Amino acid sequence: MASRKESSSVSSTAMASTGGTLDSPVKQIQIEGLVVLKIIKHYQEEGQGSEVVQGVLLGLVVDDRLEITNCFPFPQHTEDDADFDEVQYQMEMMRSLRHVNIDHLHVGWYQSTYYGSFVSRALLDSQFSYQHAIEESVVLIYDPIKTAQGSLSLKAYRLTPKLMEICKEKDFTPEGLKKANIGFEQMFEEVPIVIKNSHLINVLMWELEDKSTVADKHELLNLSSSNHLEKSLQLLMDRVDDMSQDIVKYNTYSRNLSKQQQQKHQYLQRRQQENAQRQSRGEPPLPEEDISKLFKPPQPPPRMDTLLIAGQINNYCQNVKEFTSQNLGKLFMAEALQGHN
Amino acid sequence: MSVFGPVVKIHPVVLASICDSYERRNEGASRVIGTLLGTIDKHSIEVTNCFSVPHNESEDEVAVDMEFAKNMYELHKRVSPTEVIIGWYATGFDITEHSVLIHEYYSREASNPIHLTVDTALQSGKMNIRAYVSAQMGVPGKTVGVMFTPLSVKYVYYDTERIGVDLLQRTRVTPSRTKGLTSDLSQVGGAAARVQDMLTTVLAYIEDVLSGKVTADNSVGRFLMDLVNKVPTISPEDFENMLNSNINDLLMVTYLSNLTQVKIALSEKLVLL
Repeated sequence: MASRKESSSVSSTAMASTGGTLDSPVKQIQIEGLVVLKIIKHYQEEGQGSEVVQGVLLGLVVDDRLEITNCFPFPQHTEDDADFDEVQYQMEMMRSLRHVNIDHLHVGWYQSTYYGSFVSRALLDSQFSYQHAIEESVVLIYDPIKTAQGSLSLKAYRLTPKLMEICKEKDFTPEGLKKANIGFEQMFEEVPIVIKNSHLINVLMWELEDKSTVADKHELLNLSSSNHLEKSLQLLMDRVDDMSQDIVKYNTYSRNLSKQQQQKHQYLQRRQQENAQRQSRGEPPLPEEDISKLFKPPQPPPRMDTLLIAGQINNYCQNVKEFTSQNLGKLFMAEALQGHN
Repeated sequence: MSVFGPVVKIHPVVLASICDSYERRNEGASRVIGTLLGTIDKHSIEVTNCFSVPHNESEDEVAVDMEFAKNMYELHKRVSPTEVIIGWYATGFDITEHSVLIHEYYSREASNPIHLTVDTALQSGKMNIRAYVSAQMGVPGKTVGVMFTPLSVKYVYYDTERIGVDLLQRTRVTPSRTKGLTSDLSQVGGAAARVQDMLTTVLAYIEDVLSGKVTADNSVGRFLMDLVNKVPTISPEDFENMLNSNINDLLMVTYLSNLTQVKIALSEKLVLL
């Protein structure tokens, strides 16, 4: 395992120097069919109604590809499992998997999402700690609702190097962010995914197609859209409300700041006047008081939340647009079908 | 002891897992065994998960790491508490004597375990997937033997699983066995193409029946009738109205989301000034 990490870090430095479309050590993700099926199954069985289901991805890094060859789910956080040790569970699982020759190299984690709302502080923190420890790790976001509508929705994200820098320094003030020149679009980078199956699995696929009945539900061609749109827009509205509150906060802060500047200015002026008067009267000038102690500058609000909210809104908008474009196509098809009658 | 009807429902996850553990077997091992987890219903057994168990097999003895199996089952139980041990699997075509021993061990864990064989070595040209239940046979009191009676196997999917499997099946055609995930309109196009294929098959069948090559089947005819009647007859104006209002909704939502994106980009630029 040590030699593998060494070679991967060597290749990553080589990648960083050559650059390319993605400035990161991982340019492509290769997932085995087994992992996809396991993630789907995990959500289906344990995820109904609850927030998210999570799990760990196992695999290895080959050149600039991250190969994910297996995964295992994490149990839900329940209240009556106070002494449940997550780390122990993980360790035991990985040890056991090593016995059966499954890759035990931790390369990332996966999470399910509800209508695309996954940009949160928790995700950021988890991904940061993962990426800090293992440079090539990714988070796979599985959207079960979109998948149920007809097409598998699995996306892989990594934090951009800029965001990593900021998280490391924990400097979330506006000045810090301006220095790093980071916008909500440069928080996460998406890595393209490719699904790969071994020959044996392909044989299995042929067998399954042979023996199973034809799918009777073609969800992808379903015309109904209002339900999904309503929910997405509801979430979008909530986020926009959050955003506006945040903006109000920032506005009050900047107003306070400018007011304080004015007050400082006035105070200095008065001081100078007084000193001039005293000098003319021959008295010693008043000592210069420490201004910064008198006028404490207001605390600048942290901008991280704003960034996250903006990123989330962006994500919602993207999803909504994709959905509407698909539906427009379907509507035109329906029109063509009707036109023949 | 529960007696169930002879149907075993398997999820594709299980089979993919078995194939994967077969590919990763140790040097010299000719087959892999493992535990099957799932749920038992009154009439059927549903196999939803599995994990492989390390074992050693030689001519005259077999050793299974039972400690490992128990451990793994505990770990799995943490995640999905509803799954129970319902049997075990082995790759390979035949049932050997060692299988009997292993089966006996598993009957201590679960009542009436099922045994699944997956022929990963493709001995008969196809991957035979079979399930068995053991039954006692022989003369009571004297030589008692065990017979494995076959059960019928069905594949079941959750809806989302079905969609996942459909995607995976498309890796069969590319030579490098890889497939990227498509997005947007191309997916709708793909689905429409599939429906079109199905329609051409149906049309070919109808042509054959009309020209007398194939005898007409009444049930198929009824299905065809259903198919044609599925396209609803609505007056053109009503349909226009519905279509237009739907399109308007979608366009409005697209416009709003574009606007929102512009606004947040703008507000960000203002803050960072």
